Amino acid sequence: MNIFVCVSHVPDTTTKVNVAGDGKNIDPAGVKFILNPYDEFAVEEALRLKEKNGGEVTVVSVGAESSKEGMRQALAMGADKGILIKADKSDAFSVASLLADTLKTVNADIILLGKQSIDFDGMEIAPMLAELMDLPAATVVVSLAIDGGKATVEKEVEGGKEKIELAMPCIVAAQKGLNEPRYPSLPNIMKAKQKPIQEVAATAPAARTAVVKMDKPEKKRVGKILQADGNAAGAASELARLLHEEAKVI
Amino acid sequence: MNILVYFEERNGQVRKPSLEAVSAAKALGASMINAVIVGSNTSAALSDAVKTSGVSKIFTVDHAWFSEYSSKAAAKAVAEVAKSSGAEVVIVPATGRGKDIAPRVAVRLGAGYVPDVTAFAANGGSIHATHPVYAGKANVQVEVTTPVKVFSTRPNLWAAPKDASAVASIEAATGSLTDMDFADRTKELALSQGKLDVAEADIIVTGGRGMKGPEHWGLIEGLATSMHAATGASRAVVDAGWRPHSEQVGQTGKTVSPSLYVAVGVSGAIQHLAGMSSSKTIVAINKDANAPIFAVADYGIVGDAFEVLPALTEAVSKIKSH
Ligand SMILES: Cc1cc2nc3c(=O)[nH]c(=O)nc-3n(C[C@H](O)[C@H](O)[C@H](O)COP(=O)(O)OP(=O)(O)OC[C@H]3O[C@@H](n4cnc5c(N)ncnc54)[C@H](O)[C@@H]3O)c2cc1C
Repeated sequence: MNIFVCVSHVPDTTTKVNVAGDGKNIDPAGVKFILNPYDEFAVEEALRLKEKNGGEVTVVSVGAESSKEGMRQALAMGADKGILIKADKSDAFSVASLLADTLKTVNADIILLGKQSIDFDGMEIAPMLAELMDLPAATVVVSLAIDGGKATVEKEVEGGKEKIELAMPCIVAAQKGLNEPRYPSLPNIMKAKQKPIQEVAATAPAARTAVVKMDKPEKKRVGKILQADGNAAGAASELARLLHEEAKVI
Repeated sequence: MNILVYFEERNGQVRKPSLEAVSAAKALGASMINAVIVGSNTSAALSDAVKTSGVSKIFTVDHAWFSEYSSKAAAKAVAEVAKSSGAEVVIVPATGRGKDIAPRVAVRLGAGYVPDVTAFAANGGSIHATHPVYAGKANVQVEVTTPVKVFSTRPNLWAAPKDASAVASIEAATGSLTDMDFADRTKELALSQGKLDVAEADIIVTGGRGMKGPEHWGLIEGLATSMHAATGASRAVVDAGWRPHSEQVGQTGKTVSPSLYVAVGVSGAIQHLAGMSSSKTIVAINKDANAPIFAVADYGIVGDAFEVLPALTEAVSKIKSH
């Protein structure tokens, strides 16, 4: 199978967000970057597909030279090679377009991604890529089976799960629960350094959205905190009263 | 401004987040709001509440193949109606299905897209849409720079419209769908039986690791029952196998915006806050006065959950029985 995984390099989840001087981005000072956690599920699933069906796993990323760090992590998990599309990431559409331009040329059987990257949390790339490539896609996927030119997935939706059948080639975006990503072993980390990453120079299409400003959510919470202090019943009935009479939510 | 709203149908009903999107469209100052619904028997979903939701016209795209829903085909149908009706803005609810079709619709329309919008502000001729980023640690205000704009709106943040006087006209839209468009097909929807889902619920009682074990979940369920609430769980609880992943609230679980969120024995890690901080009223019960959850709470009790929960359940039941 010819398997492709799109990965991104993002600030660590625990990063403290400080808004940069331009008021539109986060201040990158002191921020540690990691392979997007949802992409790890996608890489793991790709490796399992390869182990079962044979073939090759290629990781693809859009970004600057530094994106190679995230790609190396995927290569250390076991992916065979990488393609770095060198361009500025201006918005989700431009990233999806750059990915589509490259992926249209490679005869992929399946393209895997994380359901979202943990910086912009947009859940946009997989459906946009699918539309640009005219392919079927499923997101928030927690199980995947391939049989006879067809992929069957389970997607989490409100109140339960949908079972979706996709004609192949197709695009699948991973949710936590799809699998348990493996840890790269030390020898594999060493080997990953030798694996090829092809660079593609590209110009991003014009962005269709622009960040006007970034700010931290204002906390305008009421903040009435009661102390139980050996009188749990008293605090509980006061809380119930406040929820009923003041907040009017019960 | 001519706005088209996507009416998501499930089991013969238009889902509430779609009607909330009509309110969002109104708040944007639309001069004309139409809706589009796709399915294999759309007339079933056109209840009175839907017809009087305040939209002028409901375009129906009926195709037998939609008995197995396809996001690829639905997106094509929505984009076609958007074009033929002259929509300048398309609003799709940010539901499981909506988040799949909105980006596709945007690509088809050559439009910029802002996902999971929590607020809109008009700024002269342009719209600034707020979208939470970095697990809710920041918000961005985004402007769409293309003539046509697509947004998805987070459920539960706008009230569903009530008592509109006008009744929408219904118009069958003949799209150019072919069987080729149904390259993805939803074979089955398995709903968790008889339980209110956290993603839909108006009130949620969530238990964290502070509950010590699954054997104590009766206390969470007791409070939830007294409040007609759904039960949720933190990731620590789900990872420990005490509760199913479907109940997990947070970055790797579900994003919720209920009117009341009660977090019991939940520390309030950033990834948990990512899923629930847009809840309208937040209540925290935790024995550690310094737990981060108190920083986002409107009300709270510093105390032992095992003492507070039974007392709170009783107090709520008393109020409810009056
Ligand atoms: C990539 C990533 C994604 C994640 N996604 C999610 C997610 O989607 N959802 C999520 O919830 N987490 C998520 N997490 C995990 C998150 O970081 C925390 O580990 C988790 O939320 C902690 O769960 P908890 O608050 O239940 O447990 P703990 O952190 O152990 O907190 C337990 C709390 O209970 C209190 N307590 C203990 N005993 C009592 C008592 N008797 N009465 C009252 N209070 C008591 C304690 O004071 C403490 O505050 C994610 C982490 C990562 C790295």
